[in-house]
Amino acid sequence: MSFGMTETQARELMQRVLRLSKADACEVNLNGNAGGNVRYARNTVSTAGAQEDVQMVIQSNFGKRSGTVTLNEFTDESLQRAVARSEELARLAPEDPEFMGPMEQQQYMKTTSWFQPTAGLTAEQRARAAEASIQAAKSKDCTAAGFWQDNDSFAAMANSKGLFAWDKSTGVNFSVTVRTNDGTGSGYVTRDENDVSKLDAAAASRIATEKAVASKEARAIEPGKYTVILEPEASVELIQNMAFNMGARGADEGRSFLSKPGGGTKLGEKLFDERLTITSDPGNAEVPTAAWTGDGRALKPMTWIDKGVVKNLFYSRYWAREKNVEATPAPSNLIMAGGTGSLEDLIRDTRRGILVTRTWYIRTVDPQTLLYTGLTRDGTFYVENGRIKHAVKNFRFNESPVIMLNNIDALAKPVRIRGNLIPPMRLRDFTFTSLSDAV
Amino acid sequence: MQRRDFLQLAGAGALTVPMFGRPMAGWNGALTPIATADKKLLADTALAAARGAGATYADVRIGRYLNQFIQSRERKIQGVTNTESFGCGVRVIANGTWGFAATNDVSVDGIARAARQAVAIAKADARLQTEPVKLAAQSGQGEKSWKTPMEKSGFDVPLQEKADLLLATADAALTNGADYVNALIFLVNEQKYFASTDGSYIDQDVHRIWPTFTVTAVDQTSGKFETRDSFSSPMGMGWEYMSARPAGKVVTPAGATVYGTYYDMVEDARNAAKEARAKHTAKSVEAGKWDVVLDPSHLWLTIHESVGHPLELDRVLGYEANYAGTSFATLDKWRSGSFKYGSENVTLVADKTQPHALGSVGWDDEGVPTKRWDLVTKGTLKNYQAIRDQVHVLGQNESHGCCYADSWSSVQFQRMPNVSLEPGTAPVTPEQLVSGVEKGIYIVGDGSYSIDQQRYNFQFGGQLFYEIANGKITGMLKDVAYQSNTQEFWNACTALCDRRDYRLGGSFFDGKGQPGQVSAVSHGAVTTRFNGVNVINTARRI
Repeated sequence: MSFGMTETQARELMQRVLRLSKADACEVNLNGNAGGNVRYARNTVSTAGAQEDVQMVIQSNFGKRSGTVTLNEFTDESLQRAVARSEELARLAPEDPEFMGPMEQQQYMKTTSWFQPTAGLTAEQRARAAEASIQAAKSKDCTAAGFWQDNDSFAAMANSKGLFAWDKSTGVNFSVTVRTNDGTGSGYVTRDENDVSKLDAAAASRIATEKAVASKEARAIEPGKYTVILEPEASVELIQNMAFNMGARGADEGRSFLSKPGGGTKLGEKLFDERLTITSDPGNAEVPTAAWTGDGRALKPMTWIDKGVVKNLFYSRYWAREKNVEATPAPSNLIMAGGTGSLEDLIRDTRRGILVTRTWYIRTVDPQTLLYTGLTRDGTFYVENGRIKHAVKNFRFNESPVIMLNNIDALAKPVRIRGNLIPPMRLRDFTFTSLSDAV
Repeated sequence: MQRRDFLQLAGAGALTVPMFGRPMAGWNGALTPIATADKKLLADTALAAARGAGATYADVRIGRYLNQFIQSRERKIQGVTNTESFGCGVRVIANGTWGFAATNDVSVDGIARAARQAVAIAKADARLQTEPVKLAAQSGQGEKSWKTPMEKSGFDVPLQEKADLLLATADAALTNGADYVNALIFLVNEQKYFASTDGSYIDQDVHRIWPTFTVTAVDQTSGKFETRDSFSSPMGMGWEYMSARPAGKVVTPAGATVYGTYYDMVEDARNAAKEARAKHTAKSVEAGKWDVVLDPSHLWLTIHESVGHPLELDRVLGYEANYAGTSFATLDKWRSGSFKYGSENVTLVADKTQPHALGSVGWDDEGVPTKRWDLVTKGTLKNYQAIRDQVHVLGQNESHGCCYADSWSSVQFQRMPNVSLEPGTAPVTPEQLVSGVEKGIYIVGDGSYSIDQQRYNFQFGGQLFYEIANGKITGMLKDVAYQSNTQEFWNACTALCDRRDYRLGGSFFDGKGQPGQVSAVSHGAVTTRFNGVNVINTARRI
C-alpha cells in the first residue's frame, strides 16, 4: 500500500476544515507518518512492527480566545465535530493577552529531506539489517540488542489567512548495544540518516562489538576532574540542553543561565571558549530539516554562538513583539564548528585523559548554572600518551555545558549525531563525582 | 446508516469508499465512543484474518485515547487543547515470532489488513528467531468491562471551572512572593477494547488526572532564581482529587504541607511561592554523610528508579539492553533466595489493583487479570515483574498481569506496575521519626533524578530540604543532592512511619522501549529514614 498524501491532497483536506470554520480565524496542522521497525535482543529478534497514522490539529480563535482539538479521523462528520469542538473550547476559554493569531503566507527555504530508498524499506530489509548486526556480535562471542526504525512522513499547515506550508521527509535511526557474553564489556553505536543508502548497520555493529570487547576488565579510578575526550554521542545531549535554554524570554525574566544580576541578558557577551561556534541551518545537506516551524514561521540559517560570544536568542512571536525584534524561532538542528582531524587524532594527541563514548540519563540539577548530572556508559577508557591503555569503570558526572565549553582543548571534524553536527572534543577539567558499578 | 449496518456491508465487500484509506460513509465515530458490539465485530475480523494468515495467537486492541490540557502562565490561560486518537493494533505470533501492525483505518478492511501485515512481519523475522515465544496459559475471560473508580470525570467538569482554578492558583502564587507561575491541568482517558484468540473481550475505561505547577522567585540583585514545583501527584482518579478535602492534607514536621488523596492546588501555590522565596536565604549544604528522612512526595521517585526498574524481568533478561539498560538484580541473585536488597524494614510490593494508583486496571493489555505480589519481603529479593511470554523463565506459570501499550499504535510489553514500600508495623509519626535523628536532612518533593543503566548508582535532588540537628528541624538548606548505590541505600533503611502516613506519588511519563513508550505509574510510601547517605553540594559558578 502506498502511504500518505500528496501536497495537493493535504491542502484540499485542510481547506475542507477551513471552509467549516465559523471562528475569527482557524489554523490547521497535519502530520502523517508511516513507519516500520525491528527490535532485537539476546541475538534474536524480539518485536517488530509497522505503524501508520495521520494526525490533525485544529486551532480556532475568537479574538484572543482560542481552542485546540486534535483528531486522526477525517470523515466530513469527524471534521465538522472537531471544528465545532475547537470553536466551543475557544468560546469557553478566557482571553489570552499573549495570543498572536495566525500569520500570513511566509517565504520558506526549499530543503530536501525525503529519500525514496528510505520510503521504500520493507520488513525483509529491516530483518536483514538486524541479522547482519547480530552476526557482527556473535562472531566475537558477544550479544547484540538493537533497534532499527524508519519513517516516511509529511507535515502540512494551512490557516485562514492563506498561509500554506508543506514538507515531507524520511528518516532512519539505528542503534545497537553489544555486550560481551561474560557481562563485563559493553559497546554502543547509534546512527541516523534521512537517506538509508548512507547507513551501514553491519559496519556500525562491528564498531559497537569492538568497543564491547575493549571495555572488558575495566579498572576503577578515582572520581575527580579529568581531561576528557567526548565522542559526539557523549556530548550532544548536553549541548542540545544548553541550546534549548537559549530562549530570550527566560533570559529577560531573570530565570535563565543567560540572565544577568540586576536585570538584562548576556546576549553579546563572550561566555565560552573562542573556538565555540554553533549555528543552525535547515538546508544543510548533512542534517536537513523542514524549513518551517509548527506555528508557520520560516527557519533560516542562524548563528547562535560565534567564537564564544552569544549572538542570538530565540523568541516566541509574542515575546518578539513585546521586545520589538524579529521572532526568531528555536533551531531545528545544531551545527557546531570543529577542526579537520578525527577522533583518533584527538586520542593520539592526548597525554592523559578519559575517552567517553556515551553518556546516559542526563538530568538538570541546577537550571541557574545549567548543571547536569548523568553517567558514562558502554565503553569508557583511560588514554595515556596517545593510546587507549585500558577500560575504566563508569562515572557519574556533575557538569555544566557552560563550564565544559569554556574548557575546550581541541576539536575534531563534526559528524552527524541525532540530526545535528557535533565534533569529537577534548576538554579539560570535566567533573566526575562518583563511580558506578554498571557495565 | 447505523455504524453496525455499515460494518456489515463493508464486511461483505460492498462498501468502502477510501479517502486516504479511511471509510467515508456511515461513520459516526468522530469524537464519539463506538459501541462495544461494533468493537467486538471489528476485533473478530482482525483475529480471523490473523488466524487465516497463519497466526497461532493474536490479540487486537481498539483504542480511543483522549487527553485534555489546560495551561496557564501567570494570570493567563494560554492553551486549551483536546486531543483524540483512535485506531487499532494487532499483535500476532506466527512461526514462533511476534509481529505487530497498527492503523488508524478502523474499518473491516483496514483492521484485517493490519492483521495480515502483522503476520507477514512475524514471518519475515522468524528466520532470525532462536527463542520461539512461549506464552503462559491464560483462560479466556469472556466479555468483561472495567472503569477507574471515581466520583466525577475531569472531562465532565466545565472548562470555566478548570480555568478559574488555574487563575486562582496563579493569583495565590503571585501574591505570595512568586514572580512567575506556570500551571497545567492534564486529563487522560484511555478507552481500550482488547480481544484475543484466547476468547477474551475486555472493554476498559481508564481515567487519570494531573494538576501541576512550577513557581519561580527571582532575586534581581543577585541575578539568582529559585523554583518550587507543586506537591500534587498524578492520580488514577476523577475530579474529586481536586476537591481540597481536609482529609488529603498533611503538615510535615518541617512545616511544609503535602497532600494525599485530595489536593488543594491554591493552598499549595501559596505555600510554594513563600518557600521558593525562602530558598534564596537558605544555607548551602555541607557535603558529606547525612541521615536522610524522605517524605513520600520525594521517596516515590527513588522507589521508581531503584526498585521498580531493576526488577523488570525484560531488563534483567537483556531485552532493554539497547535503551533503558539491564539490571544489577540478576537471576542468580534471585535464585539464591537470600539476596539482601534492603534491610529487614524493607518490603516492596507490586500492585495493579491499588485504589487511586495510576497503574491500576482490571486487566492488563494482554488480557490477564491484575493482582498484587511481593517483590522484596523483609529485605530479601522474592520476585520480578513479568508478563505472559516471560514467566516461564522464572519457573512460574501465571503472568503477573503488567503488560501495557501507551497507544493503539504501540506494541504492548512489560511495564512497571505500581511498586510501593510497605509502611512500618509499629506506630511511628513523622515527628517521632525526626526526633531520633542527630544529624540529618529532611527532603520533601521530587527534584533532579538520574541512575545508571544497571540501577546501581543514583543521584536525587528534591524540592525542599531542611536540616535536622539533634532531633529538631533547624532551618532550610539548599544545593542538596544525594548519591548512593541501590543495595547500600535500601540496606541503610532504619526506620519507617506507619500506615497513617502512607501516600502515593507517581508519574505520567515513565519511559521505556523502542520505539519509546510512556506509562503512568504510582508508588506509595511513608516517611522513611536512611542512615549515612552521601550528600553533595550542587552550587556552581558560571
